[in-house]
Formats: sequence, C-alpha cells, structure tokens
Amino acid sequence: MRTDTIAAIATALSDSGIGIIRVSGDEAIPIVNKIYRNKKNREVLLTYESHTIHYGFVVEKDGSLIDEVMVSVMRAPHSYTMEDTVEINCHGGALMMKKILMTAIEAGARLAEPGEFTKRAFLNGRIDLSRAEAVMDVIHAKNQFALKSSIKQLRGSVFEKIKALREKILYEIAFIESALDDPEHISLEGYAEKLSDQVSFVIKELKKLLNSADDGKMLKEGICTVIVGKPNVGKSSLLNLMVGQDRAIVTDIAGTTRDTLEETIYLGDITLNIIDTAGIRNTEDTVEKIGVEKAKTISEDADLILYVMDSSVPLDENDADIMRMIKDKKTILLLNKSDLDEVVDLTAVNELLSSVSEKRGSVYMVSENMEEEEGLHDGNDNIVMVKISAKENDGMDTLVHVIKKMFFHGQISYNDEICITSSRHKEALLEALESMNQVCGSLENQMPEDFYSIDLMSAYASLGKIIGEEVGDDLVNEIFSKFCMGK
Amino acid sequence: MSELRETYDVCVVGAGHAGCEAALACARLGFETVIFTVSVDSIALMPCNPNIGGTSKGHLVREIDALGGEMGKNIDKTFIQSKMLNKSKGPAVHSLRAQADKAEYSRAMRKVLESQDHLTIKQAEVCELLVEEMQETSSDSVSRRIVGLKTFTGTVYECKTVILCTGTYLKARCLCGEAITYTGPNGLQAANHLTDSLLELGIEMRRFKTGTPARMDRRSLDLDRMEEQFGDEKVIPFSFSTDPDEVQIDQVSCYLTYTNEQTHDIIRANLDRSPIYAGVIEGTGPRYCPSIEDKVVKFSDKDRHQVFIEPEGLHTNEMYVSGMSSSLPEDVQLAMYRTVPGMEHCKMVRNAYAIEYDCIDPKQLYPTLEFKSIRGLFSGGQFNGSSGYEEAAAQGLIAGINASLSMQGKEQIVLDRSQAYIGVLIDDLVTKDNFEPYRMMTSRAEYRLLLRQDNADLRLRQIGYEVGLVSEQLYKAVLCKREQIDAEVFRLKNTVVGASKWIQEFLSAHESAPLKTGVTLAELICRPELTYETIADIDLERMPLPDDVVEQVEIEIKYEGYIERQLKQVEHYKKMEKKKIPADLDYNEVGSLRLEARQKLIAYKPVSVGQASRISGVSPADISVLLVYLESSRKKTDR
Repeated sequence: MRTDTIAAIATALSDSGIGIIRVSGDEAIPIVNKIYRNKKNREVLLTYESHTIHYGFVVEKDGSLIDEVMVSVMRAPHSYTMEDTVEINCHGGALMMKKILMTAIEAGARLAEPGEFTKRAFLNGRIDLSRAEAVMDVIHAKNQFALKSSIKQLRGSVFEKIKALREKILYEIAFIESALDDPEHISLEGYAEKLSDQVSFVIKELKKLLNSADDGKMLKEGICTVIVGKPNVGKSSLLNLMVGQDRAIVTDIAGTTRDTLEETIYLGDITLNIIDTAGIRNTEDTVEKIGVEKAKTISEDADLILYVMDSSVPLDENDADIMRMIKDKKTILLLNKSDLDEVVDLTAVNELLSSVSEKRGSVYMVSENMEEEEGLHDGNDNIVMVKISAKENDGMDTLVHVIKKMFFHGQISYNDEICITSSRHKEALLEALESMNQVCGSLENQMPEDFYSIDLMSAYASLGKIIGEEVGDDLVNEIFSKFCMGK
Repeated sequence: MSELRETYDVCVVGAGHAGCEAALACARLGFETVIFTVSVDSIALMPCNPNIGGTSKGHLVREIDALGGEMGKNIDKTFIQSKMLNKSKGPAVHSLRAQADKAEYSRAMRKVLESQDHLTIKQAEVCELLVEEMQETSSDSVSRRIVGLKTFTGTVYECKTVILCTGTYLKARCLCGEAITYTGPNGLQAANHLTDSLLELGIEMRRFKTGTPARMDRRSLDLDRMEEQFGDEKVIPFSFSTDPDEVQIDQVSCYLTYTNEQTHDIIRANLDRSPIYAGVIEGTGPRYCPSIEDKVVKFSDKDRHQVFIEPEGLHTNEMYVSGMSSSLPEDVQLAMYRTVPGMEHCKMVRNAYAIEYDCIDPKQLYPTLEFKSIRGLFSGGQFNGSSGYEEAAAQGLIAGINASLSMQGKEQIVLDRSQAYIGVLIDDLVTKDNFEPYRMMTSRAEYRLLLRQDNADLRLRQIGYEVGLVSEQLYKAVLCKREQIDAEVFRLKNTVVGASKWIQEFLSAHESAPLKTGVTLAELICRPELTYETIADIDLERMPLPDDVVEQVEIEIKYEGYIERQLKQVEHYKKMEKKKIPADLDYNEVGSLRLEARQKLIAYKPVSVGQASRISGVSPADISVLLVYLESSRKKTDR
C-alpha cells in the first residue's frame, strides 16, 4: 500500500550536540534528495545504498546552505517503520532542527502526527503484537499533550486573528454556496471582484502570520512564569518592576480572554512569559472567586512560580492554601516589603511549608552576595527565598540571578514541544496560503464561482488545525444563519 | 378467529417516492413484492412543491436514473416546464429542475407500478412488525430478523425483508394556527399504530416537522402584475434513456412576485398565533425551508422576500405559492397573502399548514439502510429523517437494491462519498448528528467536481448493471461513450497546432492571445475564452461526436487540474473507507480511546475506519488508536 511521507525531529529538542530529523515513507529518499547535497554539491542521495551514512549539506530551495549534516539511508523494509527512511543528523539546537524539518516539509513531506512513527512501525509489523496496548497509549498520550500545548502556546492575539480570518473565509464560502444552492434568490453578479479584495487581504494576513511564525512570535515561547500571592502583597508592582527593569520588552499582551496580565520579558538568553494573577484568599465575592479559580488553573500549567509574600504581615491560612496549591511546582519565594518591619522570617516560612507538605525540601534564603547557593542545586526540591522591596527596587538583581541559575542548572525547563508546535502551525499556514493562492488563480482564470469555494474551504480547514477546530457543520450552519434561503 | 396469512419476499410500507423506487427495484429483480399505502390514490403523491430536481436534487435524480430507478423517467413523461439551474456557473453545480404536473406524475407512477410483474399494491395500514430471534452461525450471540408484518385488519404478511418508507404519515399532525388535525399530508389518513410497534422493538424515534404554503385559485391571481418565468428553450431530459426530442414540449410559465413591509407587519402582529412561536409545535423544522414567519423574524433586515407562483398541473387551477409556507391561522394567511402584488384578491384552495410526524434517528442504520438491530429490516425516505422527494427516492432505491441483494445472499452495496451524491446523502444520515430534516446541498459533497449531473451515467451505470436494474444494452452504450470520450481527449492532447498566420488570425478573431510556440488543441480549450466548439475551425481532423460526448470532453479538458486534485483527495479518502471494522467490535476492549469517542463509536457502530473518522467527537488520535487495535486483532486471528 502506498503511504505518504512523514517527517519529524527524532531527538530531544534541547541544545544538545546532535539532532536527528527522521523522514519516512514512499517518497522519503526522493524528498531528502531534493534538499541534500554531497561535498561536491551534487544531488546524489538516490544512489546511496541502504544502511550507509554520508557527509554533506542540507540546502534551501535556492541552493543556499543550511547546515552540514550526516545522512543515513535505510531502505524498506529494513528500518524502524519498515518504510524507506532517511535520518538527517545535524548540529543540535532547536532552531537548526526546526529549520531542516521545515525544509523537508516544503520539499514534500508531511509533519508526522504525534506518535506516528510508532504507529507505522506497529502497523507495518515492526513492533511486536504484545506491545499493541503500549503503542496505543503512546499515541493517545502524545496527541492529548500536543493538542493541549498547541493551543495553550498560541498567543491570544494570534488566536483571535486566526479566528477572525476563518470567520471571514467562512462567510465568503457560505455566500457562494447559498447562491449556488438557491440561484433564484441569491445572485453572484459582480461577486468575483469583491472576493478578489477579500482574498488579497487574507493572503496578506497569512504572510504576516508566517513571518511571525518564523520569528517565533506566534507562540508564547519561554518559561511560563506565574506570580501568585495573597491580595496586596505587591504582585503587580513586582511585575511592573520586572518589566521596567528589562529594557528589551518586545511585546506586551493583555490577556484577551482572561482577566490576568501577561508580559514577555527577555533576561539575556532566557525568555520569561510572566502571568500576573488575582490575589488568592478565601472569599465569598463571586467575581473575586472566579479570579482565584483562574489563578489556580494557570498555576497548574506553570514552569515556574513566583510566590510573593508581604513580610510585614503574619502568615495565615491563605498562605497555607497557596503552599498546598504550588507544592509540586518549581518555586521562588519573594519576601516583599523588606523596607518595612519584618514579622515573617525564614523559620516561619519553613514551619508553614513542612505543615502542608512532607515531601518538599526546605526553604533557603539567597542573599545579594550569593553565598548560600548550595540550596539551589543540591538536588533536593528546595524553595529559594529572596528578600525584595518592590517599592525600593531592592533585591531584583538577586531574583534575576536566581532565575538564570535555576535555568542553566536545568531546574526549570524550557518547553520542548514549542518547536514542534510552531512547525505544525507553520505547515498549516503554508497549506492555507497555498489554497488561497489557488483561489487567486481561479479568479484570474475567470473560473466559475463554485471553484472558489473548494479552495476557500481547504484554507478554512487548514487554519482550523492551528486553533484546534474542525470544520464539521460550520458551513451549513453559516449558510442558514447568514443567508435567507427560499422555498 | 381464523387469520388471513399471505407470503411475499418483500413488504414495502408506504408508496411515496421512496416506497415506489424500493418496490420497483425488488420486483424488477424478481422478488415477490407487496407495497402498502393508506390510499392507492396517493401513490407517488407530491404533497408539497410541484418540482422534481433543483440544485443537488437534480443530481440525485440523475443518479437514480443511472442506477436503474424510475423517478427521472417519470418526470420526463409528466413535466410542464424545465430549467437547467446555475448554467452560468461551473458544470459541477448545473442542476436540472422541472415543474411537474402533480396529478399526472402520480398517475404515471401508479401505472408503472401496476404494470410491473411481481408487484402487488395493497391499500392497508401496517400496524406491527413481526420479528424473531435467531442464532448467529458465526458466534453464540442471538440477533433478530424480520419475518413479516401485520396490518390494521389483522392480516399477516410473512416475508424475508421489510422496507419502511412511511414518509410523514406516522402519528402525523397538521397545524394551521389554532386548528390542529390528526392527519397526514393533504388530509390523508395518518398511520397511528406502527410507531408503538417500532418502540417496542427498541427503535429510537424522534419527531420532525415541515410545512407547505397555500395553493391559490389561478383565476383569483393577477399574473400580469408579476414577472413571467419561462422554461429553457432547449429542454434536457432527466433520464439518460429518454430521447431528447421527446421532451421538447410547449411549456407553461411560473411567476415571480415579492412580499413587502405590509406583509411582514401582518406576520409580526400575529406571531403569537403561530403554533411555532407559541410553542405548540414539538418537532424540529428544516432551516433551509423556513416558513415566511421564520424569514421575517430571522432576517428582519430584508424588506422583501421572493415569491414564486407555480402551476400544479395542466388540468387544475391550483397554483403553488413558493416561498410562503406558513402555519399561521387561516385568517392571518389570507390577509398576508393578499398584501403581495398580484395576489390582492387571491382565493385559497388549500391553506398553508405545518405537519409533524414520527421518524427515526438514522444512526440506527448501516450505510446499506438496513437496521443494525434487526436483520432484513430496511428503511428509506423521510422516515430516515431526510426531506424532499428526490432524497426519498434515492434512499428507497438503495434500500430496495440492498434488500434484494441480501435475499440473493450477495454483498450489499454502499455508494461512497466520492461516487455519488446518494453516497453523501446516506453517509451523512447514518454518520452525522442530524437535528433537522436533512436536505441535499451541493456544498455537502466534498468531491463535487467529480459528482456532476452530466456524468452520473459514467459513474453509476455499471453498478446498476451489476445489480441487474440496467440492461446490457444501456450499459454497453455507456462503455462506448467512455471510449469515445477518452479517444477524443487523447486526440486533442496530442494534436499540436503551430504559430502559423492562419492560427494567429483565428485567435485574434476570438480575442485570444497569439501563440509563441506550438500548443495542443487541448491547451487551447483550456483558455477561458475558447471552447471545444469555437476551435472547430482549426481542428481539421475532427469527426462528429454526440453532444453528450462533446460535453464530457470539454469538461475533462477545461477543468483537468481541479479534477485531478480532487481525484488525489479521493485516493486518500478511499484508503480509510476500505479499512472495515467488524460489526461485533467491542469498543470497551480498545484501550486509550477517549471516553467521548468510545461512547460515540458504540452508538454509531461505524462499518469502516473512514466512517468512524467522520463521527463528530472522534479525533484523529482516536482513529490512530483504533487502527492499531484493528491491526493487532487481525494479527491475533492470523496466528
């Protein structure tokens, strides 16, 4: 049976030394052949024997060099998937791997679904029957995760933009289709010109999105950092301070769908995606309750928690609640208002911590001169505490230092999946653009209107993949809700 | 009390458009068939609009014809006006629509039924289905099969298969404002007993609603004040076997007028008396066929709506008021109709009304239209939750064919979404959540460039022939047509014309760009401004070909790129359709399925992985999991 050809990054997406892009399927060898050149800059992959490895380069369409690589060719059925397979060993680094992956996709491969290599290996008989259950679990888990992270990582503004584009496209399809369905009631007279404007607009927007996909601006890249604490402990001042201190702010997006504030901050090599949440306390107020619930949900997805305490107010039951909420999370505890009289100290915090969680290590104070750093990386699940004064702009350097240390010691992880997500989004955007270009071509060739809607529908479906929406009955619903049919 | 017992192969319940096709198919394939109707005078009745065909419905009629059904032939005999809709658009959306002489249509179909060997017509209300339990040969499970039915008068009809085509008659209720009658359409007797029997058998029922506008006395209308609408000058028949010369008749006209603000004011002022807005109606109505009340409420920004006045036949004064169906009380109806220009003095022969009826949730059916829970029980038409004469006839035909195939012990047929609109129709019905009477639309067919009304014979004649409903002669004619098309396309693709002066002059005369190098004739036909016909002057080797061959040649060349892209998509689609799921698959055994998907799959019991993937709530990941499971159980059996 013929199968299409899939590609994916096979190694972890960390900044390790070597990365592998795997391509599998009937066209794997011809596809990689298009993007691979040997030392003498020749297209020679087709001639390589099975199970050989070769030195060469991956090049772009225009022949410009992307990376020096080793490629290994494995012909069917002697590969993991039992299909023709090519593995491209490149220099590590998420960016480089992503670039090579996209080049393979542009050359005709399709981005593999999560777990698809395993699925193919199984379906082609490579994996033993006894492992069927495990294979199904892998596919299930990987898809669940991919779906969740794909939408979660999308920036609110991008989400809204894609939604708006889809609505625009759907409206046009529905108009065409209702006119085709009920030609005596709805006329398409002069419609091509109007559609032409809409199509150019959509194409322009898609190109912008593609650019931002390349820049990584479509996604909330970076460490998902959530600021939590009781009301009035200085969470917002902390956020403002961090934003103010970091002169290299590129974007600031007010959460469009949630009443929390989001900022992206670049601390040298590290990107933080910081979310400020509502103050947490036990409350009867309905509106405030919603805010508290949201803060809790967001904290669950956090890579890093910044827990702000007011050192001038004694700890209470609300602090215990927060401790429980974040007990499995990488946390930095910020003792704010160090400019006021201190009633909360390290001992009090440690007592509270051990009362809510036995598993957790202890709290270590890190001071400005960084002498007590062992708590940072002794392997225990410790909490680092930093004294700050948001008001006096005191202790911020220490905080930044601690975050960097934790990152470089691998204690907080960058989201690996982001690279895959963005490749998936880019593939979908490219598909949508291709479809819209087809519409353009049909318009230029003065094709009848029914030809437009076929490609518009494909674009609609492609964009839906980015925001996790299927086509379903959207069109029929749109037709009936927007246009008055006859009879 | 002694009981009357009769024996047949097939019992068809209902003699509407679905029932007629079902019964004819079975009888033509040699099975002793009895068709039941509550009134023999209402065989193939058209209780709503006086048309056959229309956008996408015209496609269905053509497909029915290609498979050996009757609807196309019958309308060719009885139409009084015909139009090809969407002629200015692409070939995929050209659709034939004819005005029927309703009484003649019904009479002609009755004559066909009455002349058919092996077919008996019986006026009786069917009240009960008879079912027996049977041991499965392949496993230890027990299933049920149909063994007969019972009529209201107590007669038992033993049979091997039953096809339910009860239309809008089950527990029917008609509403006209406050006035409610418990009748079927046109005041015909409703069928009030069968629903209970179906419920007892565990069949899930639902209630749908539809409506029809008033009929006016032609003499009371001022047609001169409306725009006259003519039929096409050259009529194209529906049936591939009708001689085109026979359908060039004198046609009657329809008339166009519009509602206005005054009409809308009357409707708005009386909404509280509409059974729908007053909440009296329980059934779900179709959105594509809204009552005038609905149009006024939902599209309040429109200051007028079109109204088509269509004759119901040559021998009647009744005129159908298309676009103004309603369930408002009679007095409001008359007042509202009289605000429309040309209708100021109108007299209603029949009121508009809404009708509610029992039908099934079609997910209880296999794509063969056989019930999953009862072997030998098939159903078609509005009973399955569709609407429209053509949709009904299409299902009736497929149900009839499959009932016959099952009795012959042969594999039943399922047309897929890439083969026919009929395939799309049935797949949508049995796979998707339908919350309203289902109507065919061209936008529902994802491969519509391939599913054209002009090539229905090329697509489906062979299947009709294999089933036994299409004669060898007709089948061979299609094979010959295919050969002629292929030969001509090949010739045009391989005939090169050079940039000679003569050719350049020809091109400039047709406002077409001059040639730089030689091109093939096919490439010239691809130019928007040129056609097969226009390039005849420079095509010196051309031999005369029949019109229908030329039409195909032109379409296949002009739209080749688009058609090829759809063919590619079809290839991908077919792969998943071919992966069958065993009927007894226990989804609880499939680990890693999400709960929603598991529940949906259990409810729908899809026959193929392709069908499973179209069920809402089943994700691509669930499909992957399912594929792995199927493969592993296949390997286990292989061992």
